[in-house]
Amino acid sequence: MVTSSCEREVSDEVQFATFSNNPEVFIDGFSGGLEYFPFGGSKLDAFSVDSEVRYKGEASMRFDVPNVGDPSGSYAGAIFPDYGGRDLSGYDALTFWAKATKAATINEIGFGQDFGENKFLVTKNNLRISTTWTKYIIPIPDPFKLTVENGMFWYSEGPENGDGYSFWIDELQFEKLGTVAQPQPSIFFGEDIVAESFLDIVGLIPAPALTQTFNLASGINETVTAAPSYFTFTSSDVDIVRVSELGVLSPVGLGTAEITATLGGVKAEGSLTLTVSGGFDFAAIPTRDPNNVISIFSDTYTNVPVDFYNGFFAPFQTTLGGAVEINGENIIVYEDLNFVATEFKNPTVNASAMTHFHVDIRIDESIDSADFIEVELGDFGPNGAFNGPDSDDSSGSVTFDSGALTTGQWISLDIPLSDFTGLTSTGNLAQIFFISDATISTLLVDNMYFYTE
Amino acid sequence: MKTQILLDRYVSLKWYNSISIKGVPLIAIFFLVLGCSTEETQTVVNFTEITMQDDFDTDGAPDSSIWGYDIGNGPNGDGWGNQELQYYTDRPENITVNNGHLIITAKQGDFNGSGYTSARILTKGKFEQKYGRFEARMRLPYGKGMWPAFWMLGADIDSNPWPACGEIDIMENAGSAPTIISGAVHGPEYFGGSPILKKYDLEDDRFDTGFHVFGIEWGPEYINYYVDDVLYNQITPADVTGEWVFDKGPFYIIINLAVGGLFDGPPNADTVFPQTMLIDYVRVYKYNGLN
Repeated sequence: MVTSSCEREVSDEVQFATFSNNPEVFIDGFSGGLEYFPFGGSKLDAFSVDSEVRYKGEASMRFDVPNVGDPSGSYAGAIFPDYGGRDLSGYDALTFWAKATKAATINEIGFGQDFGENKFLVTKNNLRISTTWTKYIIPIPDPFKLTVENGMFWYSEGPENGDGYSFWIDELQFEKLGTVAQPQPSIFFGEDIVAESFLDIVGLIPAPALTQTFNLASGINETVTAAPSYFTFTSSDVDIVRVSELGVLSPVGLGTAEITATLGGVKAEGSLTLTVSGGFDFAAIPTRDPNNVISIFSDTYTNVPVDFYNGFFAPFQTTLGGAVEINGENIIVYEDLNFVATEFKNPTVNASAMTHFHVDIRIDESIDSADFIEVELGDFGPNGAFNGPDSDDSSGSVTFDSGALTTGQWISLDIPLSDFTGLTSTGNLAQIFFISDATISTLLVDNMYFYTE
Repeated sequence: MKTQILLDRYVSLKWYNSISIKGVPLIAIFFLVLGCSTEETQTVVNFTEITMQDDFDTDGAPDSSIWGYDIGNGPNGDGWGNQELQYYTDRPENITVNNGHLIITAKQGDFNGSGYTSARILTKGKFEQKYGRFEARMRLPYGKGMWPAFWMLGADIDSNPWPACGEIDIMENAGSAPTIISGAVHGPEYFGGSPILKKYDLEDDRFDTGFHVFGIEWGPEYINYYVDDVLYNQITPADVTGEWVFDKGPFYIIINLAVGGLFDGPPNADTVFPQTMLIDYVRVYKYNGLN
């Protein structure tokens, strides 16, 4: 080598710190550094190394999903981290071969979960597997982010229709396929969402629903849920809405700002235009004499014991949400509403001396002509227990169609108990339902109480 | 001399061992073993005299001295006989030369009764040649329902209708298979759904993320197909299930991006529009009589 300048070459002693780029997670056994931690509440021994059933080589990973009611755990789920950290930036996907004792759908499977920040969590939701060995590809949303990753693999799966089953995973590794292409990142379901929020309140902002989609060699688009840290968020006005690195939106000023994002330099489909108003507009404070009120949910009165504000009744209920605190005040926020129940059966409520049910509701989305809110009361009868139809239970409902609903303001409903046709008793009230059949998605609720005038 | 020709062809094919060579005499293999240099720089380039070259260096419409247009949805209004869904136009939004590339864009949107628009250009009556090397460097679109093609038809098509005129498909791709292209010939008794066709699967890469060269080397009684420096097929009269119609006269070039049709079926909900097919260059070389 001929050098004519005064530049010195890097000496042999210079060593840069590097992390292992070992692509192997589980080929025929645990790769170096790999550990196993099941989730709390899961069947702790769901995972085993199986040397009988395997796709290739000496062994595979076997997962035994429990039946409903299995005392050892209600589901199977675990993380497989390497806390030494690995540089995965040279790969474009986690791949594995899998099969199951029956066709099934694994709820969540992916990588990037380490029981820490889960900063680069990737989840493939609802992975369909079959009884034959098949190769699966979980793309890395942006490999350049994964220079020191701990979460090599994770999964979570419950019984299918009450029944457990087993599945196997083999040849689990990161690969540079070269065919993971045409990224289509998406935020807010790829839609341009318009929403309102209030100064310093985070709870009411729509979830960003972050995904990355790649076209694979098969021609199929594969979509994974990607952690916020894969994205670079931009607020059109940081004096109105700020976005943290973890994707948390904070309304900090009055006005309107648009939130957009990129992933790996590609603009994500979808946006959120958030208009920030002053303080949150609470429902009017009730003024009735506490002696004439039995309160279920209110900051004004003393509430009776309530079991829950959202029963999450499976499998037909979609409704999410429940009671939230906003600047010290409590309201209920239901999202993805189809129906939802508040239950207070310990003890049931004797409202036979009351004449009305009061509730304040608020709908901030546009109201279409077919939209409605149905309010239903349920009485458990003298035995104080839910028995269903043809028992001492009774129920009745009152429906408010679109003509009775106004968007963007609290609607105060004072419903005579006698209007709840079919409700034969108010001596053992235990349930309040809100039903929209998905016509109205987000419903705010406050001040639920029975009263007499 | 016959033996020498076969030897040369075998040498150039040998390095790409997906080839099945038919009818190579034993004597040729004997010579090969004894006398063949085994350099790995063996290439498919055998013809070097350029007869047509378009590097698409002038922005605007494609060079009208080389290229004409097929407009519409086929002479019978049936999607060019293939149930293709697009209406071909010469609008800049469907075809233009920009920044050194010919850009053919398939768009979604109703136009003259079709749900999509795209473009198809051809050298008919402008550049026609018998034998030689025909190649183009392209980046393909992707997504179900995309059907980009670089192909040729016998220039006697007006008096000798398809399939008798012959068709040489240098490159066809189904958008739902982004790693696979195919080369084929169509002629009497081997046309439509029964061409003589071979697929080529690109390893660890795709045709929609970078440029690749698609070409043929065509001479008497043979057509060699290649992608980049990989020769992946040879078609000879022994391979076709009917009359060999590729020694009768010149052919012209067609480049198009179809949407839907019999090759890949219609687009689906995942197909992203618009889609672009980029052509960096088209080059044609003269047959040198040696191969």
